Amino acid sequence: MATETINTIIWLIPLPPLLAFFLIVLLTNRSKWLSHTIAVGAALLSFIGSMVVFFQAIGVEHLGEHPFESSVKWLPMGDASFFVGVLVDPLTAVSLLFVAWTVLMIFIYSVGYHNYGQPKGDHDRPGLPPHGATLTDEHGHQHQVLSVEPMYSRFFAFIGLFAFGMYTLVLSDNLLTLFIGWEIMGLCSYLLIGFWFQKPSARAAAIKAFITTRVGDVFMLLGIAYLYSETGSLNFRTVFAEGTLAHLAEKASVLPFLSVAGLIGLLLFIGTIGKSAQWPLHVWLPDAMEGPTPVSAMIHAATMVSAGVYLVIRVFPLLSAGAEHGLTTTMVVMGFIGAFTALFSATIAVAQNDVKRVLAYSTISQLGYMVAALGIGAYVAAAFHLVTHAFFKALLFLGSGSVIHGMEHGVLHTGNHHIDPQDMYNMGGLRKKMPVTFWTFLIGGLALSGFPLVTAGFWSKDEILADAFAHGYWAVFIVLALAALLTAFYTARQITLTFLGEPRTVEAQHAQETPWTMTFPLVVLSIFAIAFGWVGIPEDFLGLHLPPNWFHEFVGSTLAHHPKAVEFNFIPLLTSFVVSLGGLGLGYWTYKGVKAGEPDPLAKPLGRLYIWLKNKWYHDEVYQRLLVEPAYWLAEQFTYLFMDRKVIDGFLHLFARIGPWVGDGLRQYFDLPVINGFIGDGSANVTQSLGKELKVVQTGKVQQYMLAALIFALVTLVYFLFTL
Amino acid sequence: MIPLSWYLIFAAALFSIGLFGVLSRRNAVAILMGIELMLNAVNVNLIAFWRYLDPVGISGQAFAIMVFAVAAAEVAVGLALVISIYRSRKTVVADDIDLMKW
Repeated sequence: MATETINTIIWLIPLPPLLAFFLIVLLTNRSKWLSHTIAVGAALLSFIGSMVVFFQAIGVEHLGEHPFESSVKWLPMGDASFFVGVLVDPLTAVSLLFVAWTVLMIFIYSVGYHNYGQPKGDHDRPGLPPHGATLTDEHGHQHQVLSVEPMYSRFFAFIGLFAFGMYTLVLSDNLLTLFIGWEIMGLCSYLLIGFWFQKPSARAAAIKAFITTRVGDVFMLLGIAYLYSETGSLNFRTVFAEGTLAHLAEKASVLPFLSVAGLIGLLLFIGTIGKSAQWPLHVWLPDAMEGPTPVSAMIHAATMVSAGVYLVIRVFPLLSAGAEHGLTTTMVVMGFIGAFTALFSATIAVAQNDVKRVLAYSTISQLGYMVAALGIGAYVAAAFHLVTHAFFKALLFLGSGSVIHGMEHGVLHTGNHHIDPQDMYNMGGLRKKMPVTFWTFLIGGLALSGFPLVTAGFWSKDEILADAFAHGYWAVFIVLALAALLTAFYTARQITLTFLGEPRTVEAQHAQETPWTMTFPLVVLSIFAIAFGWVGIPEDFLGLHLPPNWFHEFVGSTLAHHPKAVEFNFIPLLTSFVVSLGGLGLGYWTYKGVKAGEPDPLAKPLGRLYIWLKNKWYHDEVYQRLLVEPAYWLAEQFTYLFMDRKVIDGFLHLFARIGPWVGDGLRQYFDLPVINGFIGDGSANVTQSLGKELKVVQTGKVQQYMLAALIFALVTLVYFLFTL
Repeated sequence: MIPLSWYLIFAAALFSIGLFGVLSRRNAVAILMGIELMLNAVNVNLIAFWRYLDPVGISGQAFAIMVFAVAAAEVAVGLALVISIYRSRKTVVADDIDLMKW
C-alpha cells in the first residue's frame, strides 16, 4: 500500500468514534438500537483502520527510523506554529493494536451489560442503575428480570468520545495533541464515573477522579510549556533528535540539581502519576469503580491509565537523556515510585472484598510495575507489560462485570436487595452457573499472576524482573518479586472466593450466565491474554535457540539506540516461577474452605495489619485530614469569613458608605445651591423680572411706537451727522 | 426759475405736517391721511431732484410713480383694516385700538 494511503487511513482512525458521539448526542439518542449500532459501528471502523495500519507497519523495515508521519499547520504563533500530526512508529503500532481490540470488545460488551433487549424498569430513573422489571409469563407467574439502562444512548456517546481521546493520544506526533486527547479522556472519565449521578458516592468519585488527575495534569502542562520554551517544538521526533536531547541534558535548569531534560521529564512524569494512579495520586482509581463496569475496563485497562504509562514510554528518550552512565534522577524517582506503588497497592488488594476494587488495586500495582520498569531503563519490557496488561486487565474487568451481572440476576430472583452483588463473600461456586465467565476469568487471573510459560502476563512480568536482575537493581527486583507474590495471592483469593467452593448465598445459587454480547468479548480477550505473550519470548530462553524475540526487535527499534536484550539467567526465572505458583497455591489453600458468614481467614493472624490494609493504609483518611480539611478550613475560615466577609465585603461596604456620603454632599453643597438655585432658578428669575420691568414699554398704542421710532431715527441721524 | 431749495423747503414742510398729523390725530383715518401727506412730500422731493439734477434720465419719475402705486395699495389695505376694526369695536380712535398691549 502506498504511504499516502496509509497516512490517510491513520488520519481517519480517530474520527468515527467522534462522529458517533455527535450523531448520538444530537440525533439518535431516542433510539437505543440506532445509538449502539452507530457506536459499535464506529468502533469497528476505527478497529479496521487500526488493523490495516498495524499490519502495514509491521511489514516495514526500519519503521523506527522511517515511521509513517504527516502533519499540517494548525496554530500560527508568530514565526513558529503548532502542528497537528500523526505518527506511527513501532510503539504506536503495538499500542494501536491493544487499544483497537480492547475498545471494540468493550463497546460490544456494553450492549449486553446495559441489558439491551430487556424491558424498561418498573421504577428506573435516569442517573441510577437499573433496578429490574416485573414480567408476567403465560402461567400468570411474576418474574423479576434485569431492566435496560435508562440512559443507554448517553453511555455510548460518552465511550465514543473516550475512544476518540485515546486514538488521538496514541496517534499524535506531538505533545500538544497528545495532551488534548489526554484531557478529553479526563473529561470522559469524569462523565462516566459519575454516570449514575443520582448516587452521591458516584458523584463524589467523579469529582475525586477529576480533581486528583488535574493535579498531575497541571504539572504535565508545565512540563510541555517548558519543553516548548527550550526547544521551540513539541514534535516527538524533533525533540528526541540527538543534538536536542544532548543539549537539554547538559543545560542546567532552574532547579540546581536537575538538568532541563530531567526537570521536564519529572514534570511530565507527575502527569503520569495522576493519570496512571501512581502513589501518591492513586486514590481516585478505586473510587472510580462507581461507574458502570465497561467504564472501569475502559478506564483501567484500555485507555486512561494506559495513557499515563504510554506517555512516559513515549518520552523515554527525554527521561533517559544523559543516562550513558547509570540512571538519571528522573528515572530513579520513577523506579522508586513505581516499585513502591506496585508493592503497596498489592498489599491493599489482599484485603478488599469488592470484586472490582481488588482489580482496581491490582491495576495500580501493575502500572507501578511498568513505571518501575521504565525507571530502570527496561523500555521494551515496560511497553510489553503495558500491552499484555491491557488485554488481561480488560478481560478481568469485563469478567467481573459479568459476575456482578450474574449476581444481580440472583438478587432479582430472591428479591433481597440488601445483598451486595459485588462482594466476593456473597459469591462462591459460580463456576457451575457461569462457565464461560469462569474460564475466561481464570485465564485473565492466571495471566495477571504470571502463571508460567502459558500466559502473557508471565512473559512480560518475567522480562521486567530479568531486566532488574541483570542490571543489578536489587531493591527494585526484590520489591517487584514480592509484589508479584502478593499479586498471585490475591488473584487466587479472588478466583477461589468468587468461582470455587460452594455458593455462600441464595443469590449466588441463582446466578446466571450472561448473554453472548458479554461473553464473546471475554473469549476474544482471553485469547490475547494467553497468546500475546508468545510474541515476546526471549531468544535465549532456557538457553535454547528460539526464533528472535519479535516484540523486542520491533518495539526496541523505536529508540535511536536499540536496547540490548538481557542475557538469560535462571535466578529471575525461578523467582517468577516461585512467586506466581507459590502465591496462587497459598491463595487457593487459604481461601478454599471459606463458609458463609466466616470472616476473612487472614483477619485473625494479621490482626491490626489486616485492618490497616483493609483501610487502604488510611490514605483517604490522611488526605482528608491533610488536604481536604485544610482546604475546607481555608475556604471557610480564611477565604469566606476573613477575605470575603471582612476584607472584600468591608471594602464594598466602605464604598457603599462613601457613595451616599459624597452624593449627599454634592447635593447639599453643589446641586441645590449652584445648579438649582443659581443656574436653574436664577436664570428663570432674571428672565421673569426683566419681563416684568420691560413689559410697560409695550403700550399697544401705535402712535407711541411711531414716536419712539422717530426719536430713535433722529438720535441716529444726529449721531451720524456728528461722527461722520 | 424757482430755486431747488424752495421745493425742498416745501416738501419738508409738507412732511412735517404729515408727521404731526400721524402723531397727534386720534382718528385712525386721519393718521392714514397724514401718512399720505408724508409720502407725497417724498414725491415732491423725488421730482424736484430729478428735474434739477438729472433731467435726462427717468428714474426720478419712475420712482414717483412707484410711490403712488404703493401709496394707493397701502391706503386700500389700511382703510380696509380700519373698517374691519370699526365693525368689531365701534371705534376708529387709535389710542383705543390697543390689542397689542401687554
